Amino acid sequence: MSAVISISSVLSPEEAAMKRRLGRRRRLIDNLVRAFCLLATGVGLFFLASIMLTLLWRGIVALDWTVLTAEFQPTRYGDDSLPKGGLAHAIVGSLIQTFIATAIGTPIGLLVGTYLAEYARDSKFGLAVRFISDILLSAPSVLIGLFIYQVVVLPTGGFSGMAGALALAIIVIPVVVRTTEDMLQLIPNTLREAVVALGAPKWKMITLVAWRAALSGILTGVLLAFARIMGETAPLLLTSFGNNVLSTDLTRAMASLPVSIYQQANSGFPDLIEIAWSGALLVTLGVLIINIIARVLLRKRH
Amino acid sequence: MNDQPSIPVAELTGSFGGLQARSNAQLNSVARISVRNLDFYYGPHLPKALKGINLDFPDRQVTGMIGPSGCGKSTLLRVLNRMYSLYPGQRAEGEVIMDGRNLLSPDIDINELRSKVGMVFQKPTPFPMTIYENIAFGVRLHEKLSKKQMDERVEWALTRAALWNEVKDRLQSSAMGLSGGQQQRLCIARTIAVRPEVILFDEPTSALDPISTLKIEELIDELKRDFTIVIVTHNMQQAARCADQVAFFYLGELIEVAPAAQLFTAPKHPKTQEYITGRFG
Repeated sequence: MSAVISISSVLSPEEAAMKRRLGRRRRLIDNLVRAFCLLATGVGLFFLASIMLTLLWRGIVALDWTVLTAEFQPTRYGDDSLPKGGLAHAIVGSLIQTFIATAIGTPIGLLVGTYLAEYARDSKFGLAVRFISDILLSAPSVLIGLFIYQVVVLPTGGFSGMAGALALAIIVIPVVVRTTEDMLQLIPNTLREAVVALGAPKWKMITLVAWRAALSGILTGVLLAFARIMGETAPLLLTSFGNNVLSTDLTRAMASLPVSIYQQANSGFPDLIEIAWSGALLVTLGVLIINIIARVLLRKRH
Repeated sequence: MNDQPSIPVAELTGSFGGLQARSNAQLNSVARISVRNLDFYYGPHLPKALKGINLDFPDRQVTGMIGPSGCGKSTLLRVLNRMYSLYPGQRAEGEVIMDGRNLLSPDIDINELRSKVGMVFQKPTPFPMTIYENIAFGVRLHEKLSKKQMDERVEWALTRAALWNEVKDRLQSSAMGLSGGQQQRLCIARTIAVRPEVILFDEPTSALDPISTLKIEELIDELKRDFTIVIVTHNMQQAARCADQVAFFYLGELIEVAPAAQLFTAPKHPKTQEYITGRFG
């Protein structure tokens, strides 16, 4: 069976020298590549760590109960007798807009992703939809804000929380489309065949088995989309604009954490900048928590 | 329920020379499904994958389909429940007659057809739900049963699939936690639960260990009392053990069909002879 391949064990001195030279060269390149990779990782980690540490250091200073419960207050100019401001209006506004956007974007994204994976796998139209969805996925978000400004804000006569939610929903859709399609593609065809072989119509196959099999992956996509729009600033500047008081009226301008961070950090007053930092910390913590949940969900799948 | 004589394990390792085909060479003369002049195409520009197949599947007997990879045996199986119609471009021409109707004609209700012709796949395909729900899923597609009737149906199907005793205490746990052999018997139970007339097996044991294989084979033997069975297999001993009638396919053609004992001991066609003696395939 296994033929013994004989290698002449005796090398001439020149051959041995060549072998050593090549070996040295190989090890040198090996070490160089490893060193470059480590260096690049180090640089990346350095920036990441310094961002996180700065955020923690600056954010924790102003993070107290007032930040979570009080609305915006003008700068105190160092006068501690004046009331301290907070971000309650922005937290509430962000939550409202983010939840509505997810609620609008998820079903649309889910159905489009399902269409791509289950009905239009190889069709030209499916390819086109997939391509457009991928472009939307990486479109600059300010563009989406501008679009909503044009088709919602101008016709309705003003900035509104609903316009903000719609802009965020447009960002949610392609993320959910992508993950839904990917997760459905992972389901083996034999499972589909097994459902259909029992005499199930296709829609039951999709809704009762395929979605269920892909559930944790799809949920992960929804959570990641949620986390992404929590931090979006540009589309909200042009749609819900921001607000200094707590408002739950979707037809009026509505505050949000990213926009509040932007405005207060831009104010030039140290006490407001401090509050902006604590807002940034809050958003980051929120995104972090959601990402962890998403990872746990995805791990359960395997 | 296991009143069938079990197949001696020694046979699993038996050589081809010692093939023990079923001795009851008497085939039921009533055909449950008749295939007439069947051609099959995987795509508009592809050559025929099946060429002029004529084959009868006797009622409540086991028909084994054997042949080398790509010979068309699985293709034919997937025509019998029109599984191929999931894939646009695949096309069958000819007749597949069951109860006097051509299953290939467009006015056949395909879901009703599949409730009469069930299928078990090569890899176990449990659905991501509980054991109970796996069985009830197919039944709910075709019947409205009360909770009690459904409980009875689930127990009946699991018992027929020789799985009841192993799972009766954990019907509400996920089917994904069962072993491969149990999952395959679950899939058989799921198929039986719909009460089909014909069950198609597509290499049902090729992903299983020898013990699980033996259980499935015993099960097939037991099921043929009530169901007409068609089994595609790569394993000739399996065909010899399970099948009453064996059909040998080669390059899209049906080369020979005969009672199992006859085909394995005295094949008429030289190609069959070559294949069963292991000279190709």
